[in-house]
Amino acid sequence: MDKLLLLGDEAVALGAIDAGLSGVYAYPGTPSTEITEYIQASKEAKERHIVSDWSANEKTAMETAIGMSYAGKKAMVCMKHVGLNVAADAFVNSAITGAHGGLVVVSADDPSMHSSQNEQDSRFYGKFAQIPVLEPSNQQEAYDLTRYAFDLSEKYGTPVMVRLTTRLSHSRAGVVRKETKAQNRMSLPSDLKQFILLPSIARKRYNVLLAKQEAFSEEGIQSGNNVLYEGSDKSMGIIASGIAYNYLLENFPDRDIPYPILKISQYPVSRKLIKNLYDQVESLLILEEGYPIIEEGLRGTLDEGKTIRGRMDETISFAGELNPMKVKKALGMQTNEGYTVPEILEARPPLLCDGCPHWDSFGALNEALKSYSGGRVLSDIGCYTLSALPPLDSINSCVDMGASITMAIGAAEAGLVPAVAAIGDSTFTHSGMTGLLDAVNRKAPITVLLMDNATTGMTGGQDSSGFGKLEDIILGLGVEKDHLKIITPLRRHHDENVAVFKEELAYEGVSVIIARRECIQTLARRMKLKHAKKEETVS
Amino acid sequence: MKKDIILAGVGGQGILTIATIIGTAALSEGLQLKQAEVHGMSQRGGDVQSHLRLSSKSIASDLIAEGSADMIISVEPMESLRYFNMLNTKTGWLVSSINPFNNIANYPDVEQILAEIWKLPRYVTIDADKIAKDQGTVKAANIVVLGAAAPFLGLQYTSLEGAIKKIFGRKGEFLVNVNLNALKAGYDFAQQKMQKSTI
Ligand SMILES: Cc1ncc(C[n+]2csc(CCOP(=O)(O)OP(=O)(O)O)c2C)c(N)n1
Ligand code: SF4
Repeated sequence: MDKLLLLGDEAVALGAIDAGLSGVYAYPGTPSTEITEYIQASKEAKERHIVSDWSANEKTAMETAIGMSYAGKKAMVCMKHVGLNVAADAFVNSAITGAHGGLVVVSADDPSMHSSQNEQDSRFYGKFAQIPVLEPSNQQEAYDLTRYAFDLSEKYGTPVMVRLTTRLSHSRAGVVRKETKAQNRMSLPSDLKQFILLPSIARKRYNVLLAKQEAFSEEGIQSGNNVLYEGSDKSMGIIASGIAYNYLLENFPDRDIPYPILKISQYPVSRKLIKNLYDQVESLLILEEGYPIIEEGLRGTLDEGKTIRGRMDETISFAGELNPMKVKKALGMQTNEGYTVPEILEARPPLLCDGCPHWDSFGALNEALKSYSGGRVLSDIGCYTLSALPPLDSINSCVDMGASITMAIGAAEAGLVPAVAAIGDSTFTHSGMTGLLDAVNRKAPITVLLMDNATTGMTGGQDSSGFGKLEDIILGLGVEKDHLKIITPLRRHHDENVAVFKEELAYEGVSVIIARRECIQTLARRMKLKHAKKEETVS
Repeated sequence: MKKDIILAGVGGQGILTIATIIGTAALSEGLQLKQAEVHGMSQRGGDVQSHLRLSSKSIASDLIAEGSADMIISVEPMESLRYFNMLNTKTGWLVSSINPFNNIANYPDVEQILAEIWKLPRYVTIDADKIAKDQGTVKAANIVVLGAAAPFLGLQYTSLEGAIKKIFGRKGEFLVNVNLNALKAGYDFAQQKMQKSTI
């Protein structure tokens, strides 16, 4: 059969479609976005009526998926690693309720923080919730393991996590497709109280989950996802998980690795398997992408056993993603060197696009704030975060989605008046609205700059949940009509925009200034599409 | 056959198009392929790169190891410097456009950038903008650079042409031809430069 050239993300998407998926629920986030986008663009998915609209945030996505699983159908939730923090309450509790229809949670980690605030490792969440985690090492495994994740989920009535990392999510390779399975019919769990986590029921459900643990680790062996390969050189044994296994192979072009190797793509890992390796070798090298989870488990608190090398002893640096070179060094092999990078090279950080409305929003805000001391702009995550860089130098924080408004409240209550919150439209509906309710209830002296560019710009222009509804939401939350202002962020409106900012900064209560102008990238795409459609109807 | 290629440029300059053309050509020759891309944050006018790996055998890593790239193909001169550490010092070729994309305040002197490139034993530097303009549109500058890299890719020239026809075919004959001409112009330039250096 022909191979399809797919990103790791796309392989997951296709694997889910072929496993009989009925709904994918997600909020965009690099490097996970392309999973949902693939399903949204898939003709087959459309024909099969697979639901694929974006959710307002990762928590609503997770809960909607649990609902679909409750009603017997196969559901998948996709997010970037920090999205799992947002979804964590629902996620951890879904381990206790268990699943009815297959329930698969995909979390894409971003070691080296190519586009993220941290490099947290989602496998910890899997362990925390005590559910199986699958960690594909290549694109074919991404396809195969996603299919398997649904089987595993339905076999044990448990949610299953698929963990990806940037280099797999965003790398293409050939994938062979298998048969497409039917979707489930709607059906309810045989025990209609299963999903009620009242303490009396939750205690029982928790014991059910605990009782499955042994079987979960046995499954890793039966499925062939965790395999011990024999090796004649017993001076060292290697444990390689996920994508780390590729970097190991890369250093042996003829694949003639002399050491015994335990390849891991599924958790929890069977103790038997680890002990089998441990007993036959003198020392161990642990290769895993992300935090040293396997390594920490092996060392234990006392770390008194055989020599173990990995990230915790800095054989491999604790921070940052793996690569073939780091693994080669850890193997004690001679590494290649290229040319020295010339000193005249300069960094080229990303920039707001030419003509982006955020230039004009911050241009006006900067000027209005000139008469105050600095450090007053608590901001958030989106394209507008790039206003942290010169020449704008506008903002003073970016912590997690929604934190601008709530941090501004806290700062104002500490005496920083006026405090400004700068937030995008998609971030506002993701998790800024509840904070605004707090602000209203506390009559906090903050000025909110809400940049409504009608899209989720940073991640490539997905629909924004609050489109056309922002004024109603804001007034509904209790912001006074007189202090809800709408400006057009354009150079020629600069002076009047500065005046609006100045006025609202002077007001000692909650004001919201909506700066409304469409993202020029989305606008360009929309015009192109419109043009193409017109041509179609003409010809 | 094995070719490890670093593609370099600035977000929006079309390095993924180059990757797609090489990838399509490689598949048509029955080769294996892995291609690591950069999405997200760094796309907005920042530096972007892609690791493209072709081989007749199975490929393990999505990333190329330092010091082992067979080629750097860069659509922007300063960006080619960023990956000097990736290039194999025994065999590696660097092919770069000489046309700066100047969107930072401290962009270095272009002459100095080129001087660094010209210290390498194997390189092609090409005025891709001018050549592309001569072929009808400056937008095809990335394809000119691809053409200049073509002699070193280890792929049949006709496979690259086939890939362009396949990829641009949907957009009409005009674009196919512009890009085929851009490819040819880049290719001819590199061939000439190689002949000169062997004399
Ligand atoms: C919890 C979480 N989910 C997703 C992301 C990824 N992400 C960062 S910014 C952003 C969108 C921001 O959109 P918006 O607020 O409208 O601002 P814009 O980029 O359009 O200016 C997303 C989805 C993240 N960083 N954290
Ligand atoms: S993608 Fe849109 S919102 Fe983001 S910087 Fe460009 S114009 Fe601005």
